[in-house]
Amino acid sequence: MTAPVLSVRNLRVEFPTRRGTLVAVDDVSFDIMPGEVLGVVGESGAGKSLTGTAIIGLIEPPGRIGAGEIRLKGERIDHLPPERMRRIRGKRIGMVFQDPLTSLNPLYRIGDQLSETILTHTDVDAGEARRRAVALLAEVGIPAPQQRVDSYPHQFSGGMRQRVVLALALAAGPELVIADEPTTALDVSVQAQIIALLKRLCRDHGAAVMLITHDMGVIAETADRVAVMYAGRIAEIGPVRDVVKAPLHPYTVGLMGSIPKPDADIDRLVQIPGTMPRLTAIPSGCPFHPRCPRAFAPCPTRRPELRPHGRAEVACWLFEPDMAEAAR
Amino acid sequence: MLAFVIRRLLQALLVMLVVALIAFTLFRFVGDPINQMVGIETSVEDRARLREVLGLNDPLPVQFGRFVWNTLHFDFGISYQFKTPVIDLIGERFPATMELALVSALLSLMLGIPLGVYTALNRRSWLSQLLLALSLFGISLPVFLIGILLIFAFAVSLGVLPAFGRGEVVRLGFWTTGLLTASGLRAIILPAITLGLFQMALIMRLVRAEMLEVLRTDYIKFARARGLTDRAVNFGHALKNTLVPVVTIAGLQFGSIIAFAIITETVFQWPGMGLLFLKAVQNADIPVMSAYLLLVAAIFVAINLVVDLLYVAIDPRIRLETRSG
Amino acid sequence: MDAPSQPVKPDARSQGRLAAFLDNDIVYSFLRSKVTVVAAAVTLVIVLAAFLSPFIAPHDPFDLRQVSLLDSHMPPAWAAEGDRRFLLGTDDQGRDVFSTILYGARISLIVGVLAVAFAAALGIVLGLTAGYVGGAVDSLIMRAADVQLTFPAILIALLIDGTVRALFGEGRNEEMVFWVLVVSIGLSSWVAYARTVRGSTLVEKNKDYVLAARLIGLHPAVILFRHVLPNVIGPVLVIATINLGIAIILEATLSFLGVGLPPTQPSLGTMISIGNKFLFSGEWWIAIFPGITLAVLVLAVNLLGDWLRDALNPKLR
Repeated sequence: MTAPVLSVRNLRVEFPTRRGTLVAVDDVSFDIMPGEVLGVVGESGAGKSLTGTAIIGLIEPPGRIGAGEIRLKGERIDHLPPERMRRIRGKRIGMVFQDPLTSLNPLYRIGDQLSETILTHTDVDAGEARRRAVALLAEVGIPAPQQRVDSYPHQFSGGMRQRVVLALALAAGPELVIADEPTTALDVSVQAQIIALLKRLCRDHGAAVMLITHDMGVIAETADRVAVMYAGRIAEIGPVRDVVKAPLHPYTVGLMGSIPKPDADIDRLVQIPGTMPRLTAIPSGCPFHPRCPRAFAPCPTRRPELRPHGRAEVACWLFEPDMAEAAR
Repeated sequence: MLAFVIRRLLQALLVMLVVALIAFTLFRFVGDPINQMVGIETSVEDRARLREVLGLNDPLPVQFGRFVWNTLHFDFGISYQFKTPVIDLIGERFPATMELALVSALLSLMLGIPLGVYTALNRRSWLSQLLLALSLFGISLPVFLIGILLIFAFAVSLGVLPAFGRGEVVRLGFWTTGLLTASGLRAIILPAITLGLFQMALIMRLVRAEMLEVLRTDYIKFARARGLTDRAVNFGHALKNTLVPVVTIAGLQFGSIIAFAIITETVFQWPGMGLLFLKAVQNADIPVMSAYLLLVAAIFVAINLVVDLLYVAIDPRIRLETRSG
Repeated sequence: MDAPSQPVKPDARSQGRLAAFLDNDIVYSFLRSKVTVVAAAVTLVIVLAAFLSPFIAPHDPFDLRQVSLLDSHMPPAWAAEGDRRFLLGTDDQGRDVFSTILYGARISLIVGVLAVAFAAALGIVLGLTAGYVGGAVDSLIMRAADVQLTFPAILIALLIDGTVRALFGEGRNEEMVFWVLVVSIGLSSWVAYARTVRGSTLVEKNKDYVLAARLIGLHPAVILFRHVLPNVIGPVLVIATINLGIAIILEATLSFLGVGLPPTQPSLGTMISIGNKFLFSGEWWIAIFPGITLAVLVLAVNLLGDWLRDALNPKLR
């Protein structure tokens, strides 16, 4: 069995405030295999971005990793001294953010920004760095890379900019790329191109991908496995086909139902009543229970753990054998 | 780009014209050119004749035109107080004010920027807190109070620096400089600190605020996510983005320095244009007031123009035309 | 695992109203910052002392019967030749420095507050007009603002003062000097208000409720004051607090330069200019005590302004 590239165990990200400590990511565990695309999906505020930020070590104080372990190829990287973490960033873990317009420094040419990243992590000279920069631009599909390498960010359109961002994230050859809503700020017509590019690049460079998004459609097209997050916890995680075709957790069922399918024979889209709770008011027991159409006795008071169910894992009392018996 | 430059030039011209109008109004209507020139005994007929000779009965636009023409030839009239041509008075004192202003500006930049960067990068250190507290003093204390306190400390109590005057000056063509003599250098220290302290505190706080803003941006976050060193992130990226707006504001502040020189020159009896202007205000010497207004306006407008053009030169977003990629 | 619910304190609203008030974010940040509390306390003390000066000042420095040249040039009470009657010494006219400081602070504050009120009123009116009416009026007002912004406030204030002086000669009485000061300081600082208010007006102008109000036939002035104005109060307050410190400094500076309040009705700035003449002869108290008072006052006002700015800044909350 191959070892996972990334292994997260019981991760807890919390924010001390004057009203008490808020827990934004609560007891999250998952693995990412080499070359795999793991989708992390959920509504805004579910804690997906924070999970990604925690992995790359960029949580801003007063936020902090309260508990848990993050291992990159077996080596623990949570709570590393800053200089060692810095060397991992970019070189072993790359991250792509949502808005390509604000992700690039407007005062520097993109070629210089690329060269700088390459020079920071590899032992080459400036000329070689520039050659690699041009090659990267070509690889991400920027036309006339020899000329465009000296352009400024504002001289590119949104889609092109995100390609440059991808080039920058992959410049030092990381093993894992965390993509945080990489297409949300782009035109719909461009989104598919960028996702396809991301997938192809990572496959070519042998990098695993943690694709964070609220768009289930993107996940269905691109990911190998998917983790569904709700209120800072993982509700369900499993192979994409299984989760999409046969969702287990009632929340996932609701999510799948709300995707418009051209061939489905339905009149109305399924809506999940209510909204996701704020960090200051997370319900006890299973956090989804107030909105869950199938909530029963244990749900309001006891919190379910992730348990294997077929090829997936799900955190729901409905799938605990003894509990489910009691329900009937 | 060229359109922008032309538009700014026209704007500058417009401002100058408005100022000239104000100066002219002051000159012609607030002061009475006749009464100040002649004694009480002069007869009414003689005054009327003098009015005619001086062209004070011509249509206003003509008088305004003449005023502007004279101004462009540096003819500002005769001072009511000193009965000498205003241009001579100003010319004599211009170098003193300029030197003081330049030294202050340099001082405030050389100290303000590094300290601002330090307090932004080391937000919680005790030194940063101390510097911030001191900077609050710097922008709270009136310039004249700083001057007086400095005089009290260094001139009266310790007796190490002079409390007034410019020291010995060296004449270089039409310019006089105090920077080439020991006494001149000693004399400029206290006034320069007085004038520059406010600016320095301002720049320090400005740099700090800008830098903190910049450090919060996505591109800095992305730079960190790429594993760039702290030095590259803070000084390569953040600093450059911080300095662009700071430099422009600092440039505009130079105009402020020239204005505040009035106060500093008063406190230290520094023989500059500011002191001249103040005496003119106190004695209702309209020609000097009007001339100072025009000169200072010209300097301010020129500074504003240069700063605007500089901004365009530095920021590539404005400089280059956007091409879709 | 049965995780207990999040350890979060109960909502403040369930407690008493006082607790709720103290829990409000702005009040909280105020009380948390010791510096701000001290600054506010100091300001309060000075303001109260200044306004109660007729009652608490040991002497009336303007009552010529009480002032005698024999008492002049006396050092503070704790010095060798000091006199217990004059806590901080006397000036060259024999006036008690402490009393004069109290009266001087009062005048400095009054001029400062009036000037700020004038600038704010003028700026708000011009800003609302420029934003709402638009077109040539807007252009005119904004050009005027641009021209004025090229010049520092002190220059404008000096210019206005010099002009008035030239127009009226020495026939100006004290009251006129006072109002000229207020107006000249106010005129030099209206632009910041006007710009902010204009910006907000432009935004609000196109909103539906404004269009609806116009359809009903409400007078534009009513619309502006009842609807647009409340939206701008926050930034205006912030500008006003910065402005107050500047106004106080401006008045002190003008008085120091001899074109502000005269020695017969001295503000802190005037006192410092009088005292300046005696620094070298060793009578430091005439200048230093008013100087310290001025410094503390402006510092306190600025600190309060800083806190207010941070508290009202939505980005930092």
